[in-house]
Amino acid sequence: MYVKLLNIIIDGLLTGGIYSVIAMGFGLQYGVARVLNVSHGEFIMIGAFATWSLYTLFGVNPLVSLVICGPVLLIIGFFIHRTLFTRIRNSSESLAVVEGNSLLASFGLLFIIQNIALLIWGPFVRGLSFLSYPVHFAGTTFGANRLMTPAFAVGISVAFYLFLANTRIGKAIRSAAQEPAIAGLMGVNINQVLALCFGLGALMASFAGSLLSITYTISPTMGLEYTAISFIVVVLGGLGSIPGSFIGGFILGLIGSIVSYFEPGLSLIAYYVIFMLLLMVRPKGILGK
Amino acid sequence: MNIAPVTSKRLFPLGLLFLVLILLSTLPIYGPKYAVILLTDILLYVILALSWAIFSGPTGYISLASAAFFGAGMYTSAFLGKALPLFVVVGIGGLISSCLAFMAGTLTLRLRGMYFIMFTFGLSQLIKHLILWWEAHVSGTIGRFVIIIDVITVYYVILVLFVMALLIAYLIRRSRLGLALQSIGENEDAAAHRGVNVTVVKVITFALSAFFIGAAGAIMATRWTYIDPSISFNPLYSFMPVLMAIFGGLGQLYGPIIGGVIFAYLEEVLITRFAYYYMLFFGIILVIVILYLPNGFVGLIQKWRKRPLEGQHAST
Repeated sequence: MYVKLLNIIIDGLLTGGIYSVIAMGFGLQYGVARVLNVSHGEFIMIGAFATWSLYTLFGVNPLVSLVICGPVLLIIGFFIHRTLFTRIRNSSESLAVVEGNSLLASFGLLFIIQNIALLIWGPFVRGLSFLSYPVHFAGTTFGANRLMTPAFAVGISVAFYLFLANTRIGKAIRSAAQEPAIAGLMGVNINQVLALCFGLGALMASFAGSLLSITYTISPTMGLEYTAISFIVVVLGGLGSIPGSFIGGFILGLIGSIVSYFEPGLSLIAYYVIFMLLLMVRPKGILGK
Repeated sequence: MNIAPVTSKRLFPLGLLFLVLILLSTLPIYGPKYAVILLTDILLYVILALSWAIFSGPTGYISLASAAFFGAGMYTSAFLGKALPLFVVVGIGGLISSCLAFMAGTLTLRLRGMYFIMFTFGLSQLIKHLILWWEAHVSGTIGRFVIIIDVITVYYVILVLFVMALLIAYLIRRSRLGLALQSIGENEDAAAHRGVNVTVVKVITFALSAFFIGAAGAIMATRWTYIDPSISFNPLYSFMPVLMAIFGGLGQLYGPIIGGVIFAYLEEVLITRFAYYYMLFFGIILVIVILYLPNGFVGLIQKWRKRPLEGQHAST
């Protein structure tokens, strides 16, 4: 019983930690940059495959590639926002139109990125074996990667939150989330900040992808599933609330591991049922304002 | 003196439509089988785009539930196809989708904008996973076989559905219902204050638009002969109608039709050459359209039409 419980909790923290990282990036992109980024999962997939390639081709430690791939995707995300979404922002007359057009553009990105990945890596399911030796922990045995991933996920999430809460750039981002126009008047370069937010979302996606590639199998078409999970976590935590996404990720991960302990096929169904009930009963989420 | 050009202007598109419909309905007599199959695919996409646009065009509510409706129609066909005549099956497929849309509509009354998009997306995914689980654990299968029906019958059913969808879309546009939808799209609160029963209007139109998607799913399932939840609830069926309708343009009735025709034909051409990567081109086209044609193809056409007029004004 004790072992089973521990297994459920570790599994919950493992998936929950990754969900948190994913959802924080997604939440930032929607909450501040106003892009409901349907291609978020594709950035995760790119992060995962970059890590996989670096490991299998050059033997780079996945934790090192985590640090390499993140900033690269940050820059890519930044430039995608500058070239694509900034133009949409400038040419659309109202916020609703901006959101609608950005959604459609991110659909375009989804198809483009996914198919480029298919061209490069082919339609195969991949996986890498890293840190898969057993570790004795609290009386039972776990793969080392399964213990390390949640720790890293929590570390990344906390660091990300502290960055937003305490730095000067974080302050600019928060002001842009509240009142973009006034933030602009106060000397915040709004286009840069929004692009940075989109880039930070891509950075978090890349981190999550690297962590995913250590523990799970990956494929070029895996993105949409994680995008859907980002939807759910962000709504659960409250749209636009970064701590909400953090907590929501862990809650969803634990729910998933409890449900799949009883009936493995039902965890996704449980996610969607929770999601739709939430939208009907409390669309603001746990920490929404 | 002015009457003649006005009537001819109105009669011209009507005549053109009539001509096209006659050509389409007689096609199986003289056309090759390939043309019939290709046109079935094109008409399917047009139906999807057109029925999506019936609700989402004027109101601005972006629905990603099309896959749920389409898949529901397909599964109706799989379950009832052997027992009942084809037309009844297609009708029931449409009605089940309508009921689904009706329920979804009543549940999501309070949701707007992104929340509505997310809910409809969640709905189609939930149904997909429910059926996947049910089939695997209760009925012990993955997919199901559907009775085969000859291509020409399928073609005629699709054609009839297309004409019906077009007619309904046209009638809604010309009616008070259309005006009500338009006003919801402009400003929902204001519309409610002016006496539009926002709830009823939205739910009825949503259910109506779902009918054609479900019916189209029921008939197309017989063409594909084998279906499973991943095929019939493919999220692409949620995305494509949105993309086609926006690409064509939502301002006019012919926008989604143009979008559907272009996408279906493009897919046919690209899929034979780049079987795996044709979606890449869709992505690129989509991004270009969003950036340079914010009002879709229709916007472009209207721009061309207006240009000479503007020139006249400038010169005077």
